[in-house]
Amino acid sequence: MDNFSQSMSRLHGTMGWTAIAVLSTIGIVVIPVLNLAVPDGSFFHVSDFSVQLLGKYLCFAILAVGLSLIWGFTGILSLGQAVFFAFGAYCMGIHLLHNVVAGGTAVSDLTVLSMMDMREMPWFWFGFGSFAYTVLMVFAVPGLFAYLFGYLTFRSRVKGVYFSIITQAMTYALFLLFRQNDVGLGGTNGLTGFKTLLGFPLEASATKVGLLIASVLALLLVYLVFRFIVTSKLGRVLTCIRDAEARAMFSGYNPLHYKLFAWVFSAMACGLAGALFTPQVGIINPDELTPANSIDVAIWTALGGRGNLSGAMLGAGVVNGAKSWFSGLLENVWPILLGLIFVVIPIFLSKGLISLFRSKTAKETA
Amino acid sequence: MKTTMQVFVCALLISAAPVWAQVTETEQTPAAVTASQSQTAVTTDTGGDTSETNQAAAKSAFESAMEALAVGGYSNKKKAIDKLLELGDERALPVMVEMADRQTQHIKVDKKGKRLIFVLSDSEGVDAVSGAKLSLQGLSLSKPRVNNSVVSRLKRAVAQIQLGSSKPRVRRAGAKKLVEKADDSFYDILSDSLGKETDGQTQAYLRLALAKLDLGGSDDAKRLAAIKTIESTAAIGLMAEIKKLLEKDKDGNFLVQAGDPVRQAAEAAMINLESRSFWYSRVRDLIFGLSLGSILLLMALGLAISFGLMGVINMAHGEMLMLGAYTAYTVQEFFRSAMPGAFEFYLLAALPVAFVVTAAIGMALERGVIRHLYGRPLDTLLVTWGISLIIIQLVRLSYGAANVTVENPTWLKGGAELLPGQIFPYARLMAIGFAIAIVSLVWYLLSRTSLGLKVRAVQQNRGMAACMGINTTAVDMWTFGLGAGIAGMGGVVLSQILLVGPNLGQSLIIDSFMVVVTGGVGNIAGTIAGAYGLGVLDKFLEPVVGLAMVKVCILVLIILFIQWRPEGMFPPKGRAGET
Repeated sequence: MDNFSQSMSRLHGTMGWTAIAVLSTIGIVVIPVLNLAVPDGSFFHVSDFSVQLLGKYLCFAILAVGLSLIWGFTGILSLGQAVFFAFGAYCMGIHLLHNVVAGGTAVSDLTVLSMMDMREMPWFWFGFGSFAYTVLMVFAVPGLFAYLFGYLTFRSRVKGVYFSIITQAMTYALFLLFRQNDVGLGGTNGLTGFKTLLGFPLEASATKVGLLIASVLALLLVYLVFRFIVTSKLGRVLTCIRDAEARAMFSGYNPLHYKLFAWVFSAMACGLAGALFTPQVGIINPDELTPANSIDVAIWTALGGRGNLSGAMLGAGVVNGAKSWFSGLLENVWPILLGLIFVVIPIFLSKGLISLFRSKTAKETA
Repeated sequence: MKTTMQVFVCALLISAAPVWAQVTETEQTPAAVTASQSQTAVTTDTGGDTSETNQAAAKSAFESAMEALAVGGYSNKKKAIDKLLELGDERALPVMVEMADRQTQHIKVDKKGKRLIFVLSDSEGVDAVSGAKLSLQGLSLSKPRVNNSVVSRLKRAVAQIQLGSSKPRVRRAGAKKLVEKADDSFYDILSDSLGKETDGQTQAYLRLALAKLDLGGSDDAKRLAAIKTIESTAAIGLMAEIKKLLEKDKDGNFLVQAGDPVRQAAEAAMINLESRSFWYSRVRDLIFGLSLGSILLLMALGLAISFGLMGVINMAHGEMLMLGAYTAYTVQEFFRSAMPGAFEFYLLAALPVAFVVTAAIGMALERGVIRHLYGRPLDTLLVTWGISLIIIQLVRLSYGAANVTVENPTWLKGGAELLPGQIFPYARLMAIGFAIAIVSLVWYLLSRTSLGLKVRAVQQNRGMAACMGINTTAVDMWTFGLGAGIAGMGGVVLSQILLVGPNLGQSLIIDSFMVVVTGGVGNIAGTIAGAYGLGVLDKFLEPVVGLAMVKVCILVLIILFIQWRPEGMFPPKGRAGET
């Protein structure tokens, strides 16, 4: 028990745990109650739309935390996070379509597949009827892909901007691939027309709330696991590789293994984010894995504060919130504003928004 | 390397010759060129060789014939066609070609005015005889009335006028069309013209057209000769005709029995032509690959220089290319409105303008933003990405989100038929030549000028160069400007090949990064090899694996390549490699 509380206090001080508890309670208890129990007209009612939007932001926050681990702590700027996100998202999309085909009538079977110009399900859809198998794949597909890609690139000591632009090329190549109709992933339209998840209709408010709670828990899980990693000795090695890879090597650590570890974990987190994204948004298409989307993740992380997991979450929330708000009001101005964030943050606020809070409050344990 | 360079030089020479030839010919016979290039073009110029008196006498006959063609009955129309044929007046060609095409929407009859009108748009047209522009408002227009016999008479007359023309270009174009279109009724025209023809190219076309007709006939001697003609001129387009001879009919019998000399000759010819066609396609892939490589090179050169010198990955580099292309568009619009007479040369004016515009923007970016980020390459990547987002949006707001039309000047329209049946667009060939010119210029700048010396010094050891009195910040600025300027000029060239839209740069930036990765940091030789290597590989893989898989395959190959050569193709040696 002592051991447990020791490791808990290693993760966070009392204030940190309190903040986590408060935020989780808001996500898991308060918002669901406001959505389901408070009547529609009331001032305190949270609409289905807001629940869905919040769920989407949480997925993006997981994505940002994933990038923070490898960029902020290991010094590898990956511009391929969207690929892992898409892998997870498409896995879940295939499962959801499987539900439609298997559970529905012949008519739905026909429309779903013919919509995608297919007669029968592609071979690699096999097994996605099972939820357990899907969950396994949500982690395994991005993880294995990241392992293979990472092994080949890290082994040849590709690093810095080189690594960034190769991951960007990877994103672009897969984007082109996923757009093809004959790949079996619905081409440019992607996968949509989902009905149920584990038997619950996706349209129902209760399901949406359920997914929101799942997203909160997923974010919490990813955050705590990553926090555990970065505060451990392993995390110190990662930071060392970030700051002086040659010295880490000379001290007897092989950067390849450490980098691969962080990279694969980050990829799996992105896969999880994607899997939660698909049922909440109701569609997954290749637009989610454009190179531009991958770079956006980097700016969320940079805006919030790289090298800081909570900063990444903050950044994801701020940028996406601003995006939703602006694209409604001033659609033409948003790209310019986003561009300005990209320009201004690294020059004037390279430690991110979170550093503004840090300087005021007492220094927490790092 | 050496052999690759030789290939480029050859390609440049080959590409330059027809361009020059076409330009000189254009000056001689503008009317003929327009008539042959665009069938709907209205030619009012009678050409330089008709004497004044002839023209005056022929004019009324021509006009009355055209009037009959417009409103006469079928028999009058036929008479008018015969009259026009007798006059041999090429002004009638566009009208006759259009009328022979029964689906046409381009030509209409104005019954009241007894004239034919070319329709340019919903409201504008051109009088077929005088060439004057006129408004279509208030006119009642109808389709020209023709029947089968008028149409066939028209087609024959068009062929005869073209082949009887005094201008080799018109005869050549006419003969070329006839290779595809001629049927047995043209046999007499073709053999008559072949007897009189003096132009070698036209003769070759006429022989092919006759050979095609002979193949369908029953005379074995003629068929054998026809196969030989097609084989010896390597007319890939007529392969299908020979193949027909080898096929079976409905009952499963061979059209030409085995053992028949015609069959043997046809089989041999097919083998020969097939291998030729295979090699022609490979040459085609090679040249298209080189042209893609040239575009990548124009883009990657600036990237590689600024990366090698400053360690800066410039994500906004693609936007310099895009701005160059938009400069070409702006200059084009300026020429169109301010000096339409010199419109043909707008492209030449656009090159320096694009260089200055993009170089200035590049230098401003370096001074204003990028210099604050030296030593932080990942941050530079994000910042320049932000700049590219801003530039794209600004262009979208000022020019619109849709693509803009940048026209090819006449001297870049069309292409050169370097191999039988394989046409290589002049614009693509020009891109290859232009890239070679720019690379030579950059090489000269870097290796033979004092700026180049300073650039190399800063690249090798920034601190030491500064100690020796080199103003390193100025060198950074000029180099960055140079890289941006090259990309801007590349954009002008690109505007002749690709569609110009706000996202032009983004579609190319990733490929050019791959060039830099393959070629190695700041290494010009590596960049050249990388650009052409990837360009050619791209075009060779495309027919094998399909368009979508090309990028995936190339990425996999690059990742495998860096297993073998992590520092690029030509890694820096010694301590310079450790930075």
